[in-house]
Amino acid sequence: MSSPVLTMSGITKSFGATHALRDVSLDVPAGRVMALIGENGAGKSTLMKVLSGAHSPDAGTMTLNGKPFAPSGPHAARLAGVGMIYQELNLAPDLSVEDNIMLGQERGRFGLLDRATQRAKVRDALDLLGHSDLKPNTPVRELPIAQQQLVEIARALASDCKVIVFDEPTSSLTRSDVEHLFAVIRRLKTAGLGIVYISHFLEEIRQVCDCYAVLRDGQSVGGGDLSDATDTNIVSLMVGRSVSELFPSVPHTPGEIVLQVSGLSGESSPVDVSFELRRGEILGIAGLIGAGRTELLRCLFGLDRCRTGSLTRSVSEGERFTKRGCQSQVQRSPSLTLRVSEGFGLVSEDRKTEGLAQSRSIADNMTYSRLKPYSRFGWLNLKRRRTAVADWMQRLHVKAASPEQSVSELSGGNQQKVAIARVLHQEADILLLDEPTRGIDVGTKAEIYRLMGEQAAAGKAIIFVSSYLTELLAVCDRVAVMSRGRFKEIRVARDWTAESVMSVAVSVNETVA
Amino acid sequence: MIEPPTTQPTSGYRTKSNQNWMRVFNVVGPFLALTAVVLFFAIADGWMNGEKATFLTGRNLMTISSQTATVAVAALGMTVIIIAGGIDLSAGTAIALCATVLAWSLKEDLGPRWFANETTASVAKSITEAKGDLKQIEREIEALAGGEYNTTQVAAKLMAKSDAEETIRQHERRLTKLKSLSAAVAVGMSLGCGAFCGFVNGLLVSYLRVVPFIVTLGTMQLYLGLSKQVARETTVRPDRFSQVSDGLVDLLSVRADALWLGLPSGVWLTLLLAALLAAVLHWTVFSRYVFALGSNEATARLCGINVRWNKIAVYTLSGLFVGVGGVYQFSRLTVGNPTSGSGLELRIIAAVVIGGASLSGGRGSVLGTLLGALIMSVIANGCTMLGLQNPVQDMILGVIIVAAVALDQFRQRAVSRKP
Repeated sequence: MSSPVLTMSGITKSFGATHALRDVSLDVPAGRVMALIGENGAGKSTLMKVLSGAHSPDAGTMTLNGKPFAPSGPHAARLAGVGMIYQELNLAPDLSVEDNIMLGQERGRFGLLDRATQRAKVRDALDLLGHSDLKPNTPVRELPIAQQQLVEIARALASDCKVIVFDEPTSSLTRSDVEHLFAVIRRLKTAGLGIVYISHFLEEIRQVCDCYAVLRDGQSVGGGDLSDATDTNIVSLMVGRSVSELFPSVPHTPGEIVLQVSGLSGESSPVDVSFELRRGEILGIAGLIGAGRTELLRCLFGLDRCRTGSLTRSVSEGERFTKRGCQSQVQRSPSLTLRVSEGFGLVSEDRKTEGLAQSRSIADNMTYSRLKPYSRFGWLNLKRRRTAVADWMQRLHVKAASPEQSVSELSGGNQQKVAIARVLHQEADILLLDEPTRGIDVGTKAEIYRLMGEQAAAGKAIIFVSSYLTELLAVCDRVAVMSRGRFKEIRVARDWTAESVMSVAVSVNETVA
Repeated sequence: MIEPPTTQPTSGYRTKSNQNWMRVFNVVGPFLALTAVVLFFAIADGWMNGEKATFLTGRNLMTISSQTATVAVAALGMTVIIIAGGIDLSAGTAIALCATVLAWSLKEDLGPRWFANETTASVAKSITEAKGDLKQIEREIEALAGGEYNTTQVAAKLMAKSDAEETIRQHERRLTKLKSLSAAVAVGMSLGCGAFCGFVNGLLVSYLRVVPFIVTLGTMQLYLGLSKQVARETTVRPDRFSQVSDGLVDLLSVRADALWLGLPSGVWLTLLLAALLAAVLHWTVFSRYVFALGSNEATARLCGINVRWNKIAVYTLSGLFVGVGGVYQFSRLTVGNPTSGSGLELRIIAAVVIGGASLSGGRGSVLGTLLGALIMSVIANGCTMLGLQNPVQDMILGVIIVAAVALDQFRQRAVSRKP
């Protein structure tokens, strides 16, 4: 084992009365990829913020490349050789590749740019990445997302970094882009850099990492070589208890048809999508990023305009939406208010900008779509609402101080539970869930799977969009694969394998109804 | 099966103490600021004017409250708009438009003509005539008293005199009634005009999907033009004696006999409206939608909230408050001046922001807004007491607005800075 390029020891950080980090130590060896694993709120991001200079630790020391390292801020950390690649990219879209790479570290004299030196630096960085094909003067806006990420990595390289931290770098990448990224990471490893890789996906970690360290509740709880550890080992370290079942299943049987979609086309996608959805069924939708899965849900929900096609909503006994009798034809471009009243509920893939009103309370966010039970002549009975919300919080294990706590103060997993609680509280009969498990920890994921099973057993119909194939195949009754806006194929879940889904998802010519 | 975790995770609570502190600060902050400003001027006034210090007298405080009323009442409506993530730059000119329409309605005798088929002018003329008659009779009585007289003649004249006096009283009663009728209709016109202005703003904002800043920048000019049109490019001056009801003028007067329970009735009305609005913002379904719109419009849409109609409702509601502001404006000026509202919108918005509302929406309170409006009036009044000139007042106000907005940004960063 090579000597560590970065050593963090005894790092402690508290915010008010709570300890975010307690005596955490981390050694990042040169020429290896270290996975940093932990549930949401375990302290990974705080630790990385300490490393990147955004937070200064209350106690503890760091050495980088043999020298003591105590950055005064993000810029100092970057100059000292710490590169951060976040989930969300930090690029100036209108600047060129070169300008973005050299941003904040421009070479020049008397305020004039030294283009030649800069270009050489950019060249070196791109060569190291194995992507010398990237043209330095293209505006970043015109690049696909995977290449934008390369620009970010190149920026870190151009500042001669010793350590690069990848924080959930694959969440917005397609499968093939992920492979490319991993190739890049391996190249960086061979170049002798220390790499920290943060991800929720154990499969990914197995593919690209050599060793791991696990954080739980702000403390280091274990680590070592990946080859010596099983997935179960790692997961039980993460959650602090043994997890016997990652995909708890609740028995449920599909019943009569509740929604019949035929020939639905949106502005650009979906294209000519037809399927039926039954009570008590979980229909999974797989596909690459950009295959039109989100657009399909948005069309169904009325957020995006549909061009052609029809939706037929059949109503059976016991559903809340009964005012239109059986077999109602649903308008193609209705107001969302109408859709909600027809029993549709959508959980957005984006909690921050769409899914939740972050500054409002849990109670507000949970009940926006159905305030009727608590109102009379437009006036609310807040006490009754509070009781009901507290009840839901308990059912979904939402951890918060009170129903009045604002959503922005919750961890990602708890926020997601609030978003899901809303559609459940709404008593929607058709749940459209767009990546409901993105960015949340293993324990919460399992809770959400169980919840979905329970809802299906209670007669709800669920459409479940996800990029995480394993969960789709484990949780759904049927899985449809989308590509370029079309439904390529729809099969019972057990007839699919991860490979067969991928091969259909990447196929272009073959069209199967 | 996964057991629910037994250990309490830290993440949910991490920023709680910080947040609670923020919450307390949001409520107490404007109070502290107001107290500080009042103390400052009280001390400065005492120091500079010595025995003659008047800042901290009941009468002066009452004056301040009455000076605040127009801005405060319009700021109440603006609070709702700003919570919903919007802004209304047209509030100032809309107030002037409302006041002008009110004045015009009084001048044209709309109420009496529509509902009594009479004009105040004709009654006023009858009064003048009756007074002329009375003078004539009095002169005749004097003439009789000078020479020989017989009792029957004098008795007849005295009878005629008392008849004439009675006629005058009747006409005056009639005129008072007509003035009240006229005032009621005019106030209705002002409220309707305000609501209409708000409705137009809401309609444009929600259907054109242009940012409210630009839309209301346009309507600001539009309403200015409209009020000039109504006033035919001058100032509308209803006759103070025959056309303007006393109640309307005394709304914000600090004259002892115009007070009601120790405060001008307009100030009471403002407080009443504020209490009502605070209740609405706390306990209604509508308020949840307002906060949802300001906090995250996409979420509101996702939850099936009718975004368009709620926006229109928000702007229309605010328009009603602008209408009340128009009544106050007229009450202070007793004329309808189309340009009297210019710049008012900035003071209204400043009151809301100083009161702790966020210009990016989702946060704001009625109490804060009232305090914000008061702070500005106290500063204006205090500066006058200290003999500071108008330019200095403007500069101080500017600094305070910048400070309030900076504080808002600081608060937002503090909230969004998650460890």
